[in-house]
Amino acid sequence: MTLDLPLLFALLLGFGIAMYVVMDGFDLGIGILFPFAPSDADRDSMMNSVAPIWDGNETWLVLGGTLLIAAFPVAYATLLPAFYVPLVLMLFALIFRGIAFEFRFRAERFRALWDWAFALGSALAGFCQGIVLGAFINGVPEQPGALSFLSGFAVVSGLGLVAGYALLGATWLILKTGGSTGAFGQRAARPALVATLAFIALISLWTPLAHEPIRARWFSLPNILFLWPVPFVTAVTALVIWRAVPSRYEAVPFLGSIFLFLLALSGLGVSVFPYAVPWRVTLWQAASSTPTLDFIGVGVLVILPIILAYLAYAHWIFRGKVRAGEGYH
Amino acid sequence: MDTVLLSRLQFAWTIGYHILWPAYTIGVSGFIVLVSALFLATGKPVYRELMRFWIHLFALGFAMGVVTGVVLSYEIGTNWSIFAAESANVIGPFFTYEVLTAFFLEAGFIGVMLFGLNRVGPKFHFFACVMVALGAMFSAFWILAANSWMQTPAGFTVDADGKFEVTSWWQAIFTPSLPYRFLHMVTAAYITGAFVVLGVSGFYLWQRRHADFARAGFSLALWIALILTPVQILLGDQHGLNTLRYQPVKLAAIEARWHTARHVPLTLFAWPDMAKERNDYAVDIPDLGSLILTHSWDGEVTGLTSVPPQDRPYVPLPFFAFRLMAGIGFLLLAIALAGSFLRWRGKLYETRWFAMLCAFSSPLPFIAILAGWTVTETGRQPYVVYGYLRTAEAAAALPVSAVATSLILFVLVYLVLLAAFFFYAMRLVLRGPEEERPEPPERVRPGIDTAPSRAWPGAAAKRAGPWGGGPWDKFK
Ligand code: HDD
Ligand code: HEM
Ligand code: HEM
Repeated sequence: MTLDLPLLFALLLGFGIAMYVVMDGFDLGIGILFPFAPSDADRDSMMNSVAPIWDGNETWLVLGGTLLIAAFPVAYATLLPAFYVPLVLMLFALIFRGIAFEFRFRAERFRALWDWAFALGSALAGFCQGIVLGAFINGVPEQPGALSFLSGFAVVSGLGLVAGYALLGATWLILKTGGSTGAFGQRAARPALVATLAFIALISLWTPLAHEPIRARWFSLPNILFLWPVPFVTAVTALVIWRAVPSRYEAVPFLGSIFLFLLALSGLGVSVFPYAVPWRVTLWQAASSTPTLDFIGVGVLVILPIILAYLAYAHWIFRGKVRAGEGYH
Repeated sequence: MDTVLLSRLQFAWTIGYHILWPAYTIGVSGFIVLVSALFLATGKPVYRELMRFWIHLFALGFAMGVVTGVVLSYEIGTNWSIFAAESANVIGPFFTYEVLTAFFLEAGFIGVMLFGLNRVGPKFHFFACVMVALGAMFSAFWILAANSWMQTPAGFTVDADGKFEVTSWWQAIFTPSLPYRFLHMVTAAYITGAFVVLGVSGFYLWQRRHADFARAGFSLALWIALILTPVQILLGDQHGLNTLRYQPVKLAAIEARWHTARHVPLTLFAWPDMAKERNDYAVDIPDLGSLILTHSWDGEVTGLTSVPPQDRPYVPLPFFAFRLMAGIGFLLLAIALAGSFLRWRGKLYETRWFAMLCAFSSPLPFIAILAGWTVTETGRQPYVVYGYLRTAEAAAALPVSAVATSLILFVLVYLVLLAAFFFYAMRLVLRGPEEERPEPPERVRPGIDTAPSRAWPGAAAKRAGPWGGGPWDKFK
């Protein structure tokens, strides 16, 4: 039996995207919640709770980009120029929120400015990523214009991702911070959960209605039997998160939110499979040549477990709740 | 303006801006590793002060490197999609390997390096610093492998629809120019780090502040500069010989040689006239060109007219940029030699003009690096993949308005960031190193922080290392 390399790489890419969305999701979420925090001291501990790890989180985005060029160059070369505007906006947003980690701690007079750079940058980055996701599902025209990515659906998915990131951020705060910051996380988690569920529902209805292939995928006969539990599991997860928010099981809301994201992502995967550029180019048509896939495959197989091990160790070093006043500053 | 030109300008601006930060972070992380090692070996508090101080300044530059680097990794797709699609089979994996071997390594240990001082022991902290410095080197390796493949492509064939296919990974990675480019670039980065340390320490010496701290940093940095600047000039010479062999037209542009000839002079200065194919106002040294380039008086050097005009680069750019870089190279050597002379006479720390000179010399390596990349990149035009794919054919067909807007925004945003960086970096420098403080009280809450943070060797440095305060004393 020969391995279906493009399929394996699609799974790997999916893993990379999931890692990114979850990991950077909670630190972008903290930025999104930033303006609503009760005090400056809370903002300090919010930022400290992710300062040692945000760079590692964002690296999954870079991995995603490079896996795409290395494994599916046709998709890379078609999608990136088509999404020029939202991608470049996202990059600007990431610049501002990333640099705010360093500058905010050093700032005295301009602290409020970097607060806003962090908050707006995080929100805009999440929004642009959601737009790209929506536009991706919509499919790319042959001759894309500068604004052809824009649609009501894309905007809704942008807002949906912002809400979802806020949920991850709030539940992360419950887990990783105590005192008034943890309490703020608890207060923010439920509204964020409601908003996230609303967007999930809206998008789940809108996608099959607007896209014939997705409708066929979900509602055709054998599939629907396998897929009907998905909304059910989603609802149960949401209930568990809701109940766990004000409880001593502080990890449950965060883990539940991650699970919610993974469900939504796998739903997306089911919807667009087997396309690398929806409704136009399949994974196999978009893939790079076999020697190239072999070469990256070996590296990923050997190196990725090592990476996961030391990233886990780095998280372990910074385990427990953020301690007041901790940081190197 | 057309899209291609705008994309070129945007790429040149964003990558030229980005490279400043890797140069700084590779160099300074190397210095941090050095002082942490010295601290572990000797236990002298001054090395720990140096380490702490430079970690703060390093962190600022590192953040700038990360945010501007993420931009680049996407720009290759957004603006150079044709290039990406055609060469992804070859260089796509290089980028993936860069992320796997370098970026994750840096990102995984940077947190420990910056925030972990009180969470892990000094040995593990040292290990984290080494991993970050190593990650930066790996990153340079892979990205330069990609660039070198574009300069001197090897190990591939071109298939029916114009896509590059690898025939040998070894040859595609270790292309003829990679060893030279990698060594020249990494050395440039360490020189940059040394001159930044030299500049800040020189500033303190000149101000007569933080005497011990400034002397230790000044001394170490001067040793690094003394060793590396001559090495860099030798490497540059070898790099040029390699270019003569694999990119003769680029070399002809660097030297402004129009006609293939023997006994060529070395042109110190001239105004290369592209239309008339000759140099105006030339200041030449006879035969020296042949001697340097071929190591013989009458060696033959290829001229620009050996290829048709549309295959030639715009000559003035590599020509002047090269002179700027090489000029700075010799200037840096002169500074290192002058400092060593003062050290020999025992007047290094008292000579205020020299301290001041060093404070002003910090930007020079950065300028040399930009000049060097200008030589490399403009000299290979009109190709992106030398001899195979033209720059004009590699760009994505984007609307002019979109690229024009993003270019303007990149210029504005990056200038604002630069101002902010200088503002905060200056403040750190003016504030100076932190005085040795007593150990922070241990905050260990039962049940949550199970492992107590291990204490650092105290300020009194009871622990003398294997070289117990011996040989390193001379350098202070
Ligand atoms: C000689 C070294 C060198 C060169 C030529 C480049 N870079 Fe770079 N880059 C680094 C050396 C480096 C570094 C030292 O490894 C950085 C600087 C700070 C950092 O975190 O890593 C970095 C950061 C960095 C990051 C952020 C990584 C993160 O999230 O941690 C990305 C995505 C890139 N770079 C991508 C690029 C691309 C696409 C380049 C060229 C087209 C490029 N770099 C040129
Ligand atoms: C980091 C140091 C680098 C600097 C400062 C630099 C600078 C430049 C400059 C100034 C140009 C414009 C040349 C011109 O248009 O005349 C250019 C072109 C280009 N460079 Fe580099 N470069 C660097 C490294 C790289 C690397 C590592 C790659 C890819 C792996 C790369 C890929 C390209 C491409 C695709 C172009 C063609 C587009 C263009 O001509 O502008 N460069 N670079
Ligand atoms: C007299 C001394 C020097 C000589 C003879 C020299 C020679 C060269 C040559 C021939 C190139 C072009 C290689 C090519 O693409 O074909 C180059 C590129 C470069 N130089 Fe230098 N150089 C010198 C000093 C320096 C110094 C002091 C620095 C920085 C501190 C520096 C940094 C660079 C960089 C960053 C590049 C571009 C990357 C590369 O292609 O290696 N150089 N140098």
